[in-house]
Amino acid sequence: MAERDDFAEQAMQYAPQLYSAALRMTRNQADAEDLVQETYLRGFRSFHTFTEGTNLRAWLFRILTNAYINTYRAKQRRPIESDLADVEELYLYKRLGSMETAAASLSAEEQFLDLFTDDEVKTALEDLPENFRLPVLLADVDGFAYKEIAEILDIPVGTVMSRLHRGRKAMQRALYHYAEARGITAKGPDTGDTSPSPTERTGR
Amino acid sequence: MADCNETIRELDTFLDGELSDGARSQIRHHLDGCVDCLQAFDFHAELKAVISRKCNNDEMPPGLLSRIEQCFDTDFDGDGAVGA
Repeated sequence: MAERDDFAEQAMQYAPQLYSAALRMTRNQADAEDLVQETYLRGFRSFHTFTEGTNLRAWLFRILTNAYINTYRAKQRRPIESDLADVEELYLYKRLGSMETAAASLSAEEQFLDLFTDDEVKTALEDLPENFRLPVLLADVDGFAYKEIAEILDIPVGTVMSRLHRGRKAMQRALYHYAEARGITAKGPDTGDTSPSPTERTGR
Repeated sequence: MADCNETIRELDTFLDGELSDGARSQIRHHLDGCVDCLQAFDFHAELKAVISRKCNNDEMPPGLLSRIEQCFDTDFDGDGAVGA
């Protein structure tokens, strides 16, 4: 029982983060619940292989990611490996940055919070092809370092960096389209290039 | 000292905390004297914070935690036979 209590005491605190990540991976609640439960069961069974003093959170996220890839990914209808249309650098900033400076009374973060709903940000992330979505999720939502992400996903650090960069830009474009659809984008001389060109279709 | 192009190129690695101390202070030095780059960095720092916050706030379904803890108690032999 000692091991069970050790594991529960150290690992259960990460359940909310693992559940949110599982939702972004599976995109539905029932699968996310099963995935988190499976992660804890696998973790519990192999806890004797965990090296005390190393990062338990990263260890659990690796189990979560592997369980997702091995078990749930087969159910996903979308392509696993997919490319993204090229998006220019600083895509969102060039379009929304001027709005931020226009209202000096609010911090930039408060403005962002008003600009996008929770669902829009979640959907923008969840709509990324998986090979881009997982690095962005692990870096931007869960705050893992490049090296940790490389270990969790079993890909080189350079690949993590390039997928992060391109995944983030694609996510920014999705966010911009939400802002545009709700008519909250700035209309001004320095945002004259806001309309997406016909070639900028998503590569799904 | 880094110029604007070099600085923007390191935007991701800077905000992700992945730069060496030396490279980091070069970027900081440039940001101290360049409002344009500083604004771009601020924008992306806030965007990152908002993404993190908005994608990590899902309420766990009631009962999930206790179902997980139940697994531990019903899988003593580790054979995967969970529950009754």
